[in-house]
Amino acid sequence: MDTILQQDTKLALFGANWEKTNLPFDTAVLEQANTIINTLDFPTTKVERWKYTRVTKISNKTFTQDKTATIQSLPTLPLKDAYNVVFVNGVYDARLSTTTFEAGLSVQPIDIAEEAKNYLGKMANIEDKVFAALNTAFATSGAFIKIDAKKVVEKPIQLVFISTGEHKVANLRNVVVADKFSQARITQVFLSENANECFTNSVSEYFMEENAHLVVDKIQYEGSTDFHIALDYAKQPQNTTFKINTVTLNGLLVRNDVVIDVNGQNSIAYLNGAYILKDNQHVDNHTFVNHYEANCESHEKYRGVIDDKATAVFNGMIYVHPHAQKIDSYQSNGNVLLSDTASVNSKPELEIYADDVKCSHGSTIGQLDEEAIYYLRARGISKKSARALMVSAFIGDALDGLDNEELVDYIHDILEDRFGWTF
Amino acid sequence: MIQIKNLHASINGKEILKGLNLTVNAGEVHAIMGPNGAGKSTLASVLAGKEDYEITSGEVIFEGKNLLDLSIEDRAKEGLFLAFQYPVEIPGVSNVNFLRTALNEIKEYRKEEPISAKDFLALVREKSKIVELDAKLASRAVNEGFSGGEKKRNEIFQMAMLDPKLAILDETDSGLDIDALRIVAHGVNTLKSDKNATIMITHYQRLLDYIIPDFVHVLYDGKIVKTGPKELALELEEKGYDWIKEGVESI
Repeated sequence: MDTILQQDTKLALFGANWEKTNLPFDTAVLEQANTIINTLDFPTTKVERWKYTRVTKISNKTFTQDKTATIQSLPTLPLKDAYNVVFVNGVYDARLSTTTFEAGLSVQPIDIAEEAKNYLGKMANIEDKVFAALNTAFATSGAFIKIDAKKVVEKPIQLVFISTGEHKVANLRNVVVADKFSQARITQVFLSENANECFTNSVSEYFMEENAHLVVDKIQYEGSTDFHIALDYAKQPQNTTFKINTVTLNGLLVRNDVVIDVNGQNSIAYLNGAYILKDNQHVDNHTFVNHYEANCESHEKYRGVIDDKATAVFNGMIYVHPHAQKIDSYQSNGNVLLSDTASVNSKPELEIYADDVKCSHGSTIGQLDEEAIYYLRARGISKKSARALMVSAFIGDALDGLDNEELVDYIHDILEDRFGWTF
Repeated sequence: MIQIKNLHASINGKEILKGLNLTVNAGEVHAIMGPNGAGKSTLASVLAGKEDYEITSGEVIFEGKNLLDLSIEDRAKEGLFLAFQYPVEIPGVSNVNFLRTALNEIKEYRKEEPISAKDFLALVREKSKIVELDAKLASRAVNEGFSGGEKKRNEIFQMAMLDPKLAILDETDSGLDIDALRIVAHGVNTLKSDKNATIMITHYQRLLDYIIPDFVHVLYDGKIVKTGPKELALELEEKGYDWIKEGVESI
């Protein structure tokens, strides 16, 4: 892109009181990050990628790092039997974390992981991405996960990221390396405890070798005043499957970018998303799937339910490059508005430069089916329960893709808590 | 059981029911017949509480309560059941989950203990047999992909599960082949007792061969214009509605 003249110093000053990262990034990557921070501004709604999301709520605030915060004990987590790796305000908490793992699996805080330097920043392209650049310049910790060849990890790896305190920032950086024929589930859970206006800025890179299979869950359940910006970047060589499930349950402003490059044949990408919003929440999901090679599939399903004055944004791009023949790709985004003041901006995009592909996309925005609610009520179900049943059925379409009962139960419990919906 | 007195109802300003009177006692089966547009389905919808209709005058006393003051769900909880003419498909909501929710909300209303999962499943097994509904259908999404006959059987299955005091069957025979009709009728007859009552709304006499009514009413232009024994249905089948219309209009 063209060089943008510096208009103000807001971005450069944003992290002025933060400690520089001590993660082992290549110098060139760090220099790029610093150049971005010193020459660019926060994105405005004039930029297409940020057209519907204003970041002034974040950029106008001052956040501080906090490397000493602790929490008493772990909050309720979705997975009972998992390897827990816990970070508080972006700092690894050994006391609350599992420290021994099965053979063939290693999980370490990335700031002390020897091997991390071979991967960090080598995938995620931070060009034009000011939040990813901030993350690179100031990342404190995150998980470095390595799964050896042929290793099928028995238990899920549950990464727990907790925000606590007032105006705290956590720049989280995760790297997952899945060697040939390996398989694992990594569940990222974002929570807050006694937090007010905290900011989580997370970047994860997923390195896969041939025949690897990864499932990544992202459960975003921070407080109603907290901010969350995330970039998840994966590259798939041949014969791999990568599934990413993004579930947003709370947060004042949440922006998720998922980028998947399918670089090898016979690979499948799954993207499932659910967002259930109320009050004045704003949640923006941007996904980008690049099909570079032939004979691959991608299946994307995002479902949103939006109440009160909340707003949602969905922008999904499927890009089929010239050599990528025989692609089977499907993208669907469905939204239900529960109030007259809720809104959604949905933009499904498909760019196809190959001539023998099967691609489809669709986007819907509607309300709950009043006939169905009448039918349920005519059987003695209260209006509230009828709506809950309908909402549950609607997002269930995406949650089914999680293929994990424990996670779905956890999500239902939260919805009951937040919306009074019982399922 | 239910007394409908001088009921007037309209939709979008158009009056459909124009002073309807009907009394149904426990143990009775009433058939309401009439030509298209007479207000038969409107009557069913108004009793169930559909919000599109405006009640302009009249009253409905159901088991001593003013029915028109109750919400849709409270009418069901009081024991009113409407078997829909066009059962709604609800993708993603399982039949079983929906019925357990309904049953437990009804029980809560009646200050009874909720039904256990085990007892509930036993009840599903027992009641699905009445209408020969495949147990697999019971666990599928409500009416989704059901054939016309399966949808109607599912209505009667739900009726069996909820055990209402007053069941209103709105054109339950429409779209049914002879075998399905027999199954549905058998279901209704099995559920009949001296404590409950049934109102059947139908176009054709055919259903009444299987479910014998105690009274047949002719609804025409928003009013019950003729009431008779079950033989009246045969007469209507033979002569059509024109002679009734003429009779009414000449008054």
